[in-house]
Amino acid sequence: MEKGFEIIDHTADVGIAAYGADMKQAFANAATGLFSLITELDDVQEALYRDIEVTATDKESLLVEWLNELIYQFDTENIILRRFDITELNNTRLRARSYGEKVDSSRHELKTGVKAATYHLLKVDKDDGYRVQVIVDI
Amino acid sequence: MAAPWKEIVNKIDDYRWEIPKSYKQGMIVPGLIFTSESMLTHIWEEQVFQQVANVAFLPGIVGRSLAMPDIHWGYGFPIGGVAATRIQDGVVSPGGVGFDINCGVRLLRTNLIEEEVRPELEKLIDALFVNIPSGLGSTGKIRVSESELDKVLAKGSQWAVEKGYGEAEDIVVSEESGCMKGANPDKVSSKAKKRGIPQLGTLGSGNHFIEVEVVEEIYDRDAAMAMGINDVGQVLVLIHTGSRGFGHEVCGDYIRVLGEAVRKYGINLPDRQLACAPVKSPEGQDYLAAMACAANYAWANRQCIAHWVRESFIKVLGKSRRELGLEQIYDVAHNIAKIEEHTVNGKKQTLCVHRKGATRAFPAGHPDIPEIYKNIGQPVFIPGDMGRYSYIAVGTDIAMQETFGSTCHGAGRIQSRSAAKRSLRGADIAQALAARGITVRAGSMGSLAEEASEAYKDVSEVVEVTHKAGISLKVAKAVPIGVTKG
Repeated sequence: MEKGFEIIDHTADVGIAAYGADMKQAFANAATGLFSLITELDDVQEALYRDIEVTATDKESLLVEWLNELIYQFDTENIILRRFDITELNNTRLRARSYGEKVDSSRHELKTGVKAATYHLLKVDKDDGYRVQVIVDI
Repeated sequence: MAAPWKEIVNKIDDYRWEIPKSYKQGMIVPGLIFTSESMLTHIWEEQVFQQVANVAFLPGIVGRSLAMPDIHWGYGFPIGGVAATRIQDGVVSPGGVGFDINCGVRLLRTNLIEEEVRPELEKLIDALFVNIPSGLGSTGKIRVSESELDKVLAKGSQWAVEKGYGEAEDIVVSEESGCMKGANPDKVSSKAKKRGIPQLGTLGSGNHFIEVEVVEEIYDRDAAMAMGINDVGQVLVLIHTGSRGFGHEVCGDYIRVLGEAVRKYGINLPDRQLACAPVKSPEGQDYLAAMACAANYAWANRQCIAHWVRESFIKVLGKSRRELGLEQIYDVAHNIAKIEEHTVNGKKQTLCVHRKGATRAFPAGHPDIPEIYKNIGQPVFIPGDMGRYSYIAVGTDIAMQETFGSTCHGAGRIQSRSAAKRSLRGADIAQALAARGITVRAGSMGSLAEEASEAYKDVSEVVEVTHKAGISLKVAKAVPIGVTKG
């Protein structure tokens, strides 16, 4: 399978473009892109999971809310998530079970701190499949 | 072919370049960039001009949408942006402050000269690295309950001093006396508090640092003396950090709230990240009350860190606090919105001044600056990148007249973090710095590469523009000898 996301350059911050056959897959790939900025995901095991539900007024805001919720999980619990099973997704609500583990400094090198996902250049586009784009403040 | 920016901006003089309202339909006021021709050529990014123009859409904006010479492409507001809105009928925008609310710098002076510190430098930098929690995912040494956190949010630096971190004198020489009025912890989400509790008293990662530096040049001896900077060779300590995850969450929470307010109040915006609400609306007032909490969190944070800096010096150098000096010169915010009085078109007005990557620079005689700086103007600190130098300056009357009392805040990025990482390796940078006598301890080698000199403009060019334009005046220059980073 092709890589589901790519990192885009931005002078002060960094962008994530993620792809998927459907919106669920694109949102899941954006989440993988986010955690790939924080650490090497190959070294992360699926030892625990977190159930997350977010709501928003439209699909673009929902992408921001989803990523900000994941940043919150990392920031408060020191959890790195690597696999995202999005069970429900429409334009205003997302439910997902996300798998990963607590940071273990002997195995995980933390690379970049992510402050938040922003609305700047935010996109959720549908063509053949979905392409989503978000700039995160680092 | 002419440089593309020449088609857009009108040159007012060598350091002032105007973006006319005709550049983009919907601008209420023109834009004004403080920069030089060579920097314009060098930093050209159409997006930066777009962002200065977008800010000019904010309802109630007065004067011009301003950009300092360290301007670079941000999200929503450009970094290095200043915008003032009328509180009567204007808006407040969390995007005009940024995620790291009250990110700022605090400078300490010492009685030490470089020769006294050099032999112990490695030990000193190690001690700073160990005593001040830094890096991604680090938690503080301070444990507060949620009710105690509310006191931090209401009192700022004062809370830290009451708990034994630092001295009452530190508060006198801080912007807002280290405590922004109007803070209301009830306007802060429990998620923000949950993020804030474990991170109080931490430096963080990214471009945050503690730098031990040496005065290399003095331009204004009287102003330097007023700050306790007596001579070339004197050692100073610069602390750069902000409100950590607490501020990030407050900003995110209110961008969501104000995004809805934009619809409610029928505001027309070219970028959703500029989400805003009338200053006097419930949404606007709630944001300002929560933002003040984050500002106070940041002041308490820098206050605790300054205390551990002093402890580290005392321990490593084996001298008393009094022998070492280590008095605070000043503490300034560079991501904040403030309600201030300014004269616009000859009329005194109460404005909401947004400074995003810009430093307040009030002139001599202004009532909001400490007594000891009444004759010289408010101290301003402009850190460069870690391999070069930083500047100390003072605010001016020209800043008051032209920039709502604001100047630049740093060097300004020219290379993206990932580009810097691709082209440079952290280990090589540490080695190159060591060869120039600069000791570096960093939590992550990747973060070191991101912050390399090559990723930034030369801060001396930035400061030259603010000095020549007169919006702040150079007092002294210092070069780093030791740096700790997250």
